[in-house]
Amino acid sequence: MMVKVAIFQWPAVFDCSNALSCDFEIGQQVLDRASVRAEGSKPGGMDDLWAGLSQAFWLLVTLDADLVEITLRSLRVTLTALAIACVIALPLAAFLAVRRFRARRATIAVLNALMGLPPVVVGLVVYVFLSRAGPFGVFGLLFTPTAMIIAQVIIVVPLVASIAHQSLRELWSDYHDLLISMNATQLQRIQALLWDGRRALLTAALAGFGRAIGEVGAIMVVGGNIDHATRVLTTAIALETGKGEFAMALGLGFVLIALAIAVNLCIHWLGRTESEGRW
Amino acid sequence: MQMFPLVAKGAQVRRRGKVLVGPVDLTLGGQGTSIVIGPNGAGKTTLLKMLHGIVRMNGGSLDWACPLEEAQKRQAFVFQTPVMLRRTVIDNIAYPLRLTGVGRKDARERAADWASRVGLGEILQRQATMLSGGERQKLALARALVREPDVLFLDEPCAALDGRATREIEEILAQASDNGTRLIMSTHNMGQARRLADEVIFVLGGRIHEFSPAKPFFAGPGTSQGRAFLNGDIVE
Repeated sequence: MMVKVAIFQWPAVFDCSNALSCDFEIGQQVLDRASVRAEGSKPGGMDDLWAGLSQAFWLLVTLDADLVEITLRSLRVTLTALAIACVIALPLAAFLAVRRFRARRATIAVLNALMGLPPVVVGLVVYVFLSRAGPFGVFGLLFTPTAMIIAQVIIVVPLVASIAHQSLRELWSDYHDLLISMNATQLQRIQALLWDGRRALLTAALAGFGRAIGEVGAIMVVGGNIDHATRVLTTAIALETGKGEFAMALGLGFVLIALAIAVNLCIHWLGRTESEGRW
Repeated sequence: MQMFPLVAKGAQVRRRGKVLVGPVDLTLGGQGTSIVIGPNGAGKTTLLKMLHGIVRMNGGSLDWACPLEEAQKRQAFVFQTPVMLRRTVIDNIAYPLRLTGVGRKDARERAADWASRVGLGEILQRQATMLSGGERQKLALARALVREPDVLFLDEPCAALDGRATREIEEILAQASDNGTRLIMSTHNMGQARRLADEVIFVLGGRIHEFSPAKPFFAGPGTSQGRAFLNGDIVE
């Protein structure tokens, strides 16, 4: 059985110069579809749930080409964004744990506050910067996976840095006297924290992965949910829901959850956490 | 280059307006073992950390015979509660060498040698946090001694150990002392102080109350507080 992921039809004339107008059109379609659905059957019932599970099962069993494509794109965008975010956030977290400077508390407070950064706002800001009239418009990155990665990095960095900082701060309180006693340089202290705290940092990275893989607002705005180009699992779910295809949306949702669990298990297995004598 | 004498003049440590240690006037020579004794809260740990340089002074001066940077490289500290890096035994001992740029292979060879000397040769690959209290203290000693420091500060290294482990630690310290390492150590164990001390620093209320060679001190302290402390009385 082949289950085809429905293709979202953009408006015939798609003016990307204004994000708000794009959003409005998407929103209008969602409302239209939902109202049509509401007139027919009752959405979101148990039937849809079972149909969704069945749909997810068949999508996976038949290795649906569209599903594979958007799943791989989801993974590529998310893992790339996570890798870049970790390269920025983990040393930053270690630096904040080790180094005392005047604005340290304010920096940590801002970082914690940014954990709740609204993704749509991030998407909008990135959109403005990458749009043709924006400062980075010349690179032509809008509505590409790269734009989605940029938005996700901005969303994930504060989260990973804050969680990592909490763990590394505790580790630093243990190591403080010892490393100072050994005359470790600032860089060596940061390296020691990052290495010895690597399993705790895995948790921070996984939290970042969770946030990124489930993100929809920002990547919808900067990616545009273009079929075969920037469509990922979350935006496809939003699209299917908008069309009133709840079973398909649920099916994709279950695939997304399974993917998130699989990646988490994989990383735990690779990191050999929860094994004896490890952290 | 000679490190000693270490001269402290009016050295003081304050925290939140309270004087923890000082003012301390002290001159330490380069020979033997100095034992710091005193009741709980007297300031023994802070004094040792101040002399080692990991606690910032708020007044006075502390001068080694060599430049401070040079002195810092040639000393080590063993804490009362050993800090275990989250690594294997061998990687813990090799770590101070790696910090100074020694290659991984060479560092691990020297670490394995020191692990054998302190009786940890059989458990090189065990995670350090899985060790018993005695093993942790031995690891901390090996990690401190692997750089062959000229001065070793020890803050009650046998505080939580039984008699056997204490004897093993003392043997390692005696060997280090024989090899020319200057030991400056605090303890609550008067038997240990008598066994190891060449000179005694009696600390009370953050100040050095008595500083004298070990024999005359244990034969009869010069102050009433010193006598009371040795008799096991409460000293304030």
